[in-house]
Amino acid sequence: MDSALIPEGVKRCSFGKFVFWLVVFGAVLLWGIVAMLLCWFKGLNQTNMNDAYGFALWIWADLAIIAIGGGAFFTGLLRYIFGKEELKNIINFAVLLGFICYASALLILAIDIGQPLRGWFIFWHANVHSMLTEVAFCLSCYFAVLTIEYIPLILENRQIDKVPFFHNLSHNMHGIMAIFAATGAFLSFFHQGSLGGVAGVLFGRPFAFREGVFIWPWTFFLFTWSAAASGPCFTILVSWIIEKIARKKLIKQNVIMLLAKIAGWMLATYTIAKIIDTWYWATVTAPAAGHNFMDFYSNNPLYGIWILVLEIVICGVIPSIILITKTGRRYSFLLISAVFLGMLGACVNRWVMVLQVMAVPVLTFESWFMYFPSWQEIATTILPVAGGIMLIMISYRYLPIFPQEREIEEEKHASIFV
Amino acid sequence: MKEQHKHTKAKKYGMVIDLDKCTGCGACMAACMAENNVPFKKDESNKLDSITWMRVYKLTNGKKFPEADICYLPRPCMHCEGDHGHAPCVSVCPATATDYSHETGIVSQIYTRCFGCRYCMAACPYHARYFNWWDPVWPDGMEKYLSPNVSPRMRGVVEKCSFCFHRHQLAMNKAYTESRRELKEDEYQTSCTQACPAGAIIFGDLNNPDHAVTKIAKPDHKHGGRPINPNAFRLLERLGTNPKVYYLSSRRWVRRAGDNYIRDERGQGNH
Repeated sequence: MDSALIPEGVKRCSFGKFVFWLVVFGAVLLWGIVAMLLCWFKGLNQTNMNDAYGFALWIWADLAIIAIGGGAFFTGLLRYIFGKEELKNIINFAVLLGFICYASALLILAIDIGQPLRGWFIFWHANVHSMLTEVAFCLSCYFAVLTIEYIPLILENRQIDKVPFFHNLSHNMHGIMAIFAATGAFLSFFHQGSLGGVAGVLFGRPFAFREGVFIWPWTFFLFTWSAAASGPCFTILVSWIIEKIARKKLIKQNVIMLLAKIAGWMLATYTIAKIIDTWYWATVTAPAAGHNFMDFYSNNPLYGIWILVLEIVICGVIPSIILITKTGRRYSFLLISAVFLGMLGACVNRWVMVLQVMAVPVLTFESWFMYFPSWQEIATTILPVAGGIMLIMISYRYLPIFPQEREIEEEKHASIFV
Repeated sequence: MKEQHKHTKAKKYGMVIDLDKCTGCGACMAACMAENNVPFKKDESNKLDSITWMRVYKLTNGKKFPEADICYLPRPCMHCEGDHGHAPCVSVCPATATDYSHETGIVSQIYTRCFGCRYCMAACPYHARYFNWWDPVWPDGMEKYLSPNVSPRMRGVVEKCSFCFHRHQLAMNKAYTESRRELKEDEYQTSCTQACPAGAIIFGDLNNPDHAVTKIAKPDHKHGGRPINPNAFRLLERLGTNPKVYYLSSRRWVRRAGDNYIRDERGQGNH
């Protein structure tokens, strides 16, 4: 039915099956939209946030998806600036994931603010001292860059490409993509860092506060670093999931191996930096504020030392060792486990730097604050996930997001024929 | 008028709360709510989503009878100056909706500019900032008793204690009509100060050596306003927030409860 829209030389599932899954994820999306409208029309009393938890699930989701969406800027940087040519075969997909992640982050932010109609105040009345202002500017600009990077992909659809104007536009946009990749990398460095700065500058919150260089706390650099590590991990993980669902190889192994190796070294160096940061914070920064290290990991039902072990050892040291060794990367199970853990590490780190910061008591006569999100918060957090899956489905079906797919299929046919 | 302002000495309004006098009656809380049109719900038992610009905490020394002791600690906004001139909440607000006045030392909140990101709440270690989770709804007829000097806040914005800044504005207006540029100590007092039946709350200009707050707390301005009075302390002093609310207590455990100390560490409370 829609075969004229599907890229040439590749196979896709039946249109009925495609629509069925679109409807399934569309239903989830609709559930999220209902929750979103409730939040917009009835207010944030629809959430389980409170005055102790001004930042909660949504801010975590924002920080986490921006971190794991960092594959777009980092892969672009490697491909266009550092000239890693092999990565041209995964850059389209990395851009698509980045586009989804950043669109999701902006949507969640729009739900999260108490007065959504005043969202533009952040630009109009900008406070240049606030990390959140830097986040807002860089995030919006980078989303525009991602949109510009995604447009040529849409224009490469078989039917759209037949229109000479769109064909030439797409061609010319590809020609100048290095400029956008460089711009994207520059903007990403700042907003990923600023998101780290959001927690790091909170000198009233000893669990979050970090010293640093000039106006930037160490978390500024750590967040950018971890995004550059976990972003490619997420790209590899999702491409692997799509390959499993499609039941065919979409990206050649040498591309995955290269990206995994780079992600591994980024993760390894980040983990070392994170260990140093944690050590200094635990022995110097926190005690200076009158806190013993274990104050932050005891006397509450959830946050034990396990979360630090999970973040640094299980999601940092172990995947780093797997990804930087050739043997580790060669075994599919180890590789996928490692990229999953690498991605999970960034998510745990963002959780800790948002929710545990809120949970830790600072006044001596207060106790730990615990929180569980309402269904509206959960639904609105799942909303962009469902929307993202739908966009991947549509993009995969109609756009050449995996440029090696046809070549791999032809090679496979040729080998069968031989 | 701006020129004349330049010639008046900068004020640093602050508070001293004598915890040995506070009985925990809550009059300060009630007065604050009435004075500042603070909205309330039918059920205010959940203090995590109720707005209390002034909140009285109950502290205990954790000991059993006969050594058991309690203390009530009223907590308004601390109007932090920050050790480096940055209050924790002011510097983080992305829309400049909260501001530190160098003329009065008061941290203000611009309700019509706040878009409800709540970053300031995350930054405040005192939990002195409150979000309007609901629209303010007043019982029938009560809207007639709202103060015309304080604007009620809408759903979705953050609010907090203003040291009854509207009273400062009114007092300044009166002073100007009388061709004065300086206020007398009793001309500008917060509602909680006036409501406290025990006289536990004292308010004034910490830059003015004649004001009671300065005489009692003896702030050392060369060292971030730290109190010289050995019985005075500020909450979470060592975080560098440089608050303008001082507490007094003759009891060591109360002073020690004002800050965190690592194990076996001697602190301010050892005076």
